[in-house]
Amino acid sequence: MTVTEAPPAAAVIGTRLLRREDPALLTGEARFTADLPIPGALHLALARSPYAHARIISIDTSAAAAMPGVVAVYTGADLADSWAAPMPCAWPVTEDMKNPAHYPLAANGKVAYVGDGVVAVVATSETAARDAVEAIDVEYEPLPAAIDLEEALADSTVIHDELGTNKCYTWALKVEGEDGAVDRAFKAAAHTVSERYVQQRLLPMAMEPRAIAAVPQPFGGDITLYSATQIPHILKVMTAITLGIPEHQVRVVAPAVGGGFGSKLNVYAEELLCMALSRKHNVPVRWNETRSENAQATVHGRGQIQNIELAADEQGKLTAIRIRLIGDMGAYLQLVTPGVPLLGGFLYAGVYELPAAYDFECTSVFTTMTPTDAYRGAGRPEATYAIERAMDSLATDLGVDPLELRRRNFIPKESYPYTAWSGLVYDSGDHDLAATEAARLADYDGVRARQKTQNVEGATKRLGIGVSSYFEMCGLAPSRVLASLNYSAGGWETATVRVLPTCKVQVVTGTAPHGQGHETSWSMIVADKLGISPDDIDVLHSDTAIAPMGLDTYGSRSLPVGGVAVAMACDKVIDKAKQIAAHQLEANADDLEFAGGAFTVQGSPDKSLPLAAIAFEAFTAHNLPDGLEPNLEAQVTYDPPNFSWPFGTHICVVEVDTDTGAVDVLQYVAVDDCGVQINPLIVEGQVHGGIVQGLAQALFEEAVYDHDGNLKTSTLAEYLVPAASDVPSLTLGHTETPSPTNQLGVKGVGEAGTIGAAPAVINAVVDALSGLGVRDVPMPASPFTVWTAIHKAGESRPSDTAGTEVGDHEGVTARTTTGGGDESTSNTDEGAAS
Amino acid sequence: MRPVGFVRAMMGAAWGHSTPKGAPNVEISVTVNGSAHTHDVEPRTLLVQYIREQVGLTGTNIGCDTSSCGACTIHIDGESVKSCTVLAVQADGADLTTIEGLAKDGELHPMQQAFMENHGLQCGYCTPGMVMAAISLLDEQPSPSEQEVREGLEGNLCRCTGYHNIVKAILAAASAKA
Repeated sequence: MTVTEAPPAAAVIGTRLLRREDPALLTGEARFTADLPIPGALHLALARSPYAHARIISIDTSAAAAMPGVVAVYTGADLADSWAAPMPCAWPVTEDMKNPAHYPLAANGKVAYVGDGVVAVVATSETAARDAVEAIDVEYEPLPAAIDLEEALADSTVIHDELGTNKCYTWALKVEGEDGAVDRAFKAAAHTVSERYVQQRLLPMAMEPRAIAAVPQPFGGDITLYSATQIPHILKVMTAITLGIPEHQVRVVAPAVGGGFGSKLNVYAEELLCMALSRKHNVPVRWNETRSENAQATVHGRGQIQNIELAADEQGKLTAIRIRLIGDMGAYLQLVTPGVPLLGGFLYAGVYELPAAYDFECTSVFTTMTPTDAYRGAGRPEATYAIERAMDSLATDLGVDPLELRRRNFIPKESYPYTAWSGLVYDSGDHDLAATEAARLADYDGVRARQKTQNVEGATKRLGIGVSSYFEMCGLAPSRVLASLNYSAGGWETATVRVLPTCKVQVVTGTAPHGQGHETSWSMIVADKLGISPDDIDVLHSDTAIAPMGLDTYGSRSLPVGGVAVAMACDKVIDKAKQIAAHQLEANADDLEFAGGAFTVQGSPDKSLPLAAIAFEAFTAHNLPDGLEPNLEAQVTYDPPNFSWPFGTHICVVEVDTDTGAVDVLQYVAVDDCGVQINPLIVEGQVHGGIVQGLAQALFEEAVYDHDGNLKTSTLAEYLVPAASDVPSLTLGHTETPSPTNQLGVKGVGEAGTIGAAPAVINAVVDALSGLGVRDVPMPASPFTVWTAIHKAGESRPSDTAGTEVGDHEGVTARTTTGGGDESTSNTDEGAAS
Repeated sequence: MRPVGFVRAMMGAAWGHSTPKGAPNVEISVTVNGSAHTHDVEPRTLLVQYIREQVGLTGTNIGCDTSSCGACTIHIDGESVKSCTVLAVQADGADLTTIEGLAKDGELHPMQQAFMENHGLQCGYCTPGMVMAAISLLDEQPSPSEQEVREGLEGNLCRCTGYHNIVKAILAAASAKA
């Protein structure tokens, strides 16, 4: 449904154009990094720490070095001279943030997580390198692990000796209209809620593990890094700095990239090692990550303890919010590790009106686990989860329907553009409309009616319905806002539009797609702008020799920043073409109209010149206006004036079996509003995938560590990425509220599904069990976890018949029940097998 | 340990695989997408490694090390198999079809076409295995229900699509075939 009239009917934008990326990917023609033929390449393999925290006593590499095919073996000490700087962290969130220097191989005699790189082997084949790793003998003195965030903060075990503490930083965002406003609001509140939620660690699990190949040109002085990365441009800058290579001699190429979800938004040890070792040996060095390595050596997501307090008046209108977070940094800071909780810091008031009474504080802590970093949504799913779960608690306390409570608090559409308590301006929104549409699609009232008859005393199949309304806050970002957050880079994006002599068009973008279909979408934007067919447009990207400047793809920024830059570059091309057309037609440029790919003199429809003719004129340069450069191309670097603020409402309907704790998702409805949709087919795909990742956090996924700091879910046999049979068919609706901040009216959409999904699912599960006294169910809501929550709530109830000791359980115990006894689920572990 | 130098690096690189002592290579002959191939392989070489590294067809992807993800699914004598679960030597004499063998004369296979028309892929990494599994699924169940498609795909993981459009693509391919 369309709320606001979209821009005038466009030829291509808004159609479900099939993706031009697909044929190569469907036929095996596309080349991922591991597919690249690189003659003469040596292979890297790493010996990694089997301990969460240990001192390295000795390293014996002699046996490995003597093995067939082994070319060299290096310890951290051997490579100390290879690094001009430690591994980069681009987000020093506070002046006094602690950032322990770390290097691609353990360099200070200690390891700080299972998977920390210790020794590098270079060999003539992948198998020879891996065989040699097995022969490396490292003697460790194990030290206590620090797995629990609150215990880690108590510093009983200090991970980085030189810091003297595990505390990384405390970052506060307190906004009060008047001093003491928050405290006063809580004192005066008719209702308050105080809740604690745990955002479990997640493994991003892009289907393509990381892969790298560094190809040096010993006599040319250059080096090319092929990497399965989301950020070729940032990687170029960062590897140049870290290795001390002049930046102009580094080229980074991201070939076909098999998903990222934030996990490939980083500068990794293996990238630096391949580059350093290829320069040392003067031959290409490559590395292919195994899935088990991926689980340990690629960043993890989430990892927060959230304490949220809401104050509300008698009607349930929010009057103040207080949040205390503990952020799990893992063992070291990767590229944007410390900034992830901050990205959510502005979103704990959700889509609701709030006076200037907001008190957010995050303390982050080092642990002996894999570093965390951005994972789909990065801070925003966590924030949305907390506010949306807490809103349901408030609704319960008030005895008000959760949807009704949201309606009372929604920022009204008349208030847009809306200046929030934080000073941030939300661009456009109509939350009530999206919620109404979602309720209609989910038959909200019907489900509520069915609940009354189904969830009776003693019922073991209980129906629940959960609502979640969200903001995405994406399109990173206005550079000055990033500066205010101490982020070390800008948020602009580049585009070049080049009309070739035969009127075919090359678009060069600084975005780096890895599944999002930018080639298709950007060609659609250009097609409408220039009035030509998308088939006549090529989109080039992800190679710093072709697209030298860019800030890559993450944070749902590509369309609202990069796509808008493409549109702006088209405008510049049209402006230039107009000068040529005016010259050729002997008309005043102001009298020319451009439509349908041709310039026409106003009032003289016979006086017309197609873009094709102008393109050729620009090429021959025989008859151009004086002083005009002979080309028809334009470059734009666009720094957005604002974030973009997609929003929507998701509704999930579940049935919970109270005997087994199994959750059956009966229906999932998502109504998302990302402004104008360039290609609805692609938008829907983004939403589908996002929802299932959020749903998977709610029901299935958790990086489980034991007390010694071993990751027990380090393969896809143990870590429950859902299969097709684990997830429901999805019902999508959408509203369309164009963004007023850019000419396309677009907003981002890559993370919306993930942000909306987890709270909708858990709200539904808790709703189903609310009659049993259950107020919260932690994620992932595995059958065992749900069953435990039911029985804990029922412990005070004399009628409770279970009488079973729930007992202390480690996560793995929970995992074994997660499959629900469904042996046909491919990725359940042994506990589910018959 | 110090690096042993440039010359050895260059020589070693030219020879490709290492062969541990006591594990002589074995000669195998297979047909891949209609072409005959004969190679010496290490006994421990997985079929997927053989296809990628010795036959040189890299469309078959590796997504895990526990036979969980299905990215490497191919057809062996017409049946879908995760090619990481089979040793190359076990495939001696077999007729293999990989993702590269589906499109004919510049036309996508109907299943590939259905995936494209229904946006059943995003990053494309699971896609070759997913398409091979889907073809096999319809061979066994020509008119599956949505639930049967979902259950039939349990061995193949996708992280991008949420499966929604993959399921839709396979149901569309089934309808088109009927």
